[in-house]
Amino acid sequence: MNAPALQARIAAAHIGARRILHGIDLALPAGRWTAIVGPNGAGKSTLLRCIAGLLPCEGQVLLLGRALADWPARERARTLAWLGQQEAGGEDLRASDVVMLGRLPHRAWLAAPTAADHVAVDAALATMQCRELRARRLAELSGGERQRVLLARLLAVQAKVLLMDEPLAHLDPPHQADWLATVRALVAGGATVVSVLHELNMALQADDVAVIDQGRLVHHGANGDARTHHALQAAFGGRIAIHPVQGQWIALPQEASHAN
Amino acid sequence: MPTLAPTALDAAPPRAAPRVLWLAFTLIVLSLLALAWGASVGSTGFDSLRRAFDDPAAAQIVWDIRLPRTLGAWLAGALLALAGAVAQGLFRNPLADPFLLGSASGAALAVALAYAALGVGGMVAGGGSVALLQAASPWLARLGFTGAAFLGALGGVLLALMLARGVQQTLRLLLAGVVVGFVLGAVRDLVQLAQPDVLQAMQGFTLGITGFVGWGGCAVMAAVLAPLMVLAWALARVLDALALGEATALSLGLPLGPLRALLVGVLALATGAAVAQTGLIGFVGLVAPHLARSLVRCTHGPLLLLSTLVGGLLLALADVASRLVIAPQELPVGVLTAVLGGAYLLWLMNRRAGGAR
Repeated sequence: MNAPALQARIAAAHIGARRILHGIDLALPAGRWTAIVGPNGAGKSTLLRCIAGLLPCEGQVLLLGRALADWPARERARTLAWLGQQEAGGEDLRASDVVMLGRLPHRAWLAAPTAADHVAVDAALATMQCRELRARRLAELSGGERQRVLLARLLAVQAKVLLMDEPLAHLDPPHQADWLATVRALVAGGATVVSVLHELNMALQADDVAVIDQGRLVHHGANGDARTHHALQAAFGGRIAIHPVQGQWIALPQEASHAN
Repeated sequence: MPTLAPTALDAAPPRAAPRVLWLAFTLIVLSLLALAWGASVGSTGFDSLRRAFDDPAAAQIVWDIRLPRTLGAWLAGALLALAGAVAQGLFRNPLADPFLLGSASGAALAVALAYAALGVGGMVAGGGSVALLQAASPWLARLGFTGAAFLGALGGVLLALMLARGVQQTLRLLLAGVVVGFVLGAVRDLVQLAQPDVLQAMQGFTLGITGFVGWGGCAVMAAVLAPLMVLAWALARVLDALALGEATALSLGLPLGPLRALLVGVLALATGAAVAQTGLIGFVGLVAPHLARSLVRCTHGPLLLLSTLVGGLLLALADVASRLVIAPQELPVGVLTAVLGGAYLLWLMNRRAGGAR
């Protein structure tokens, strides 16, 4: 396994008075795609926010071997990009403006976008197939179109480490497949991708799967590992079965009576 | 990043700039026309303008009364609109406004306190108003009132933010702002009751009045507006990033804490400068950014500029209208903006409820 791009030792994380995470120790290797999965309310998004340094937690997160707090903010923002789940807002901004915001960590204060910024924005828009949307306002886009623009915003950062919370929300199957190809290409290029996914079939495409249940990391292993499958089945109360289909792993729902 | 191989830049990225420039140009021309109109409207009518070059009295009416009050109205409207546009972006709330956030009532209270503390009641016992007194007061005093209004505005916003425990919950913030507005208004009433001289002086002030703004007031407002515009422009990117959510803005490496404090400072200083000169003029700060957005949808940089120009034009026109509606009497301009702004807000509400969005 490669050296970890991210290393999280989180004793606890709270939202309000509620404790969400309990003693998580997770090392995410560089150059791999890890999917974080688990039942609703397990703490997946909270974990991702802690890893991104957006939510204070008891513990330490190391990004490329250096504590998050020790990174200068802009340098960290260039290295680690984050996309939230169903983020609202920005309705008045045009898609190209939104994607250009991804270049903020690269741009000097008050400086106009450089040619490199425009190239990065254009490439990100092209990768997410939303170049034709760039003159439209976010408010005018459908849920899937909006999600593609926000993903392009994430890509425009050109970070080494990419964190995405439910990146496939609202995407139709062709665009899901495009996203998959994009993530594979990013990882092949040396980037580290961490995604929270509730769609298990997509999560089983990832190199590694981290299973979270009730705020605890119950398993972290390769997607094809039988132990990973067992952990997944246990986390979902035995209500899923995982089968190999044409070289891929597929999770199917099980009726309660079949659960073992 | 290998996957992000640059594709051909076959078309330049879409730009809203030409439209923004045209709009800005049009608004400036309209503002100049409004200024000229303002110079020709008053109890002595157009006649004063016509005779301004021969008759010293007519020249004084145009040059010392009509022009500065119209320009003062423009500047106050611009300041309030800038404050409103910054507030709406900062709090991610289209209803944010210097008045709804308690900053205007804070500024008004501070001005009342300043008058009470300075014991200037006797000076206005003759029936003058705060504005008249201000026109007569020396430079330093005028700056002092603006400073007091700034501190009051800052206090009002901070109180609202404290009560709302931050900006995350927009409804909570607005309710807190309304509460702060009422409470500070009540405290101001108490101050006025305790010192009847101040009450008399504050009467025109609480209604919002542009009639007594002189060149000095214009200079103060212009001196505040110019640097605030530059600062707001410099921070516009922050507002754009905030539009995508606080977490996204943080993840883009923006130091949100200090930037927010700066923006609250812009909001408070703009409100304070306007309130100190013209009193409580409502709805301009709320309506102008909405009008600007309906003209063009753009990032916050151009939006702040256009909102400011729209706000200036609106209040300059309202100032002229306030002299025309019941001529030769004059309506406090705050009454007019409240009626017009309220109507606009109702229309906006019905349009939204009607399913436009």
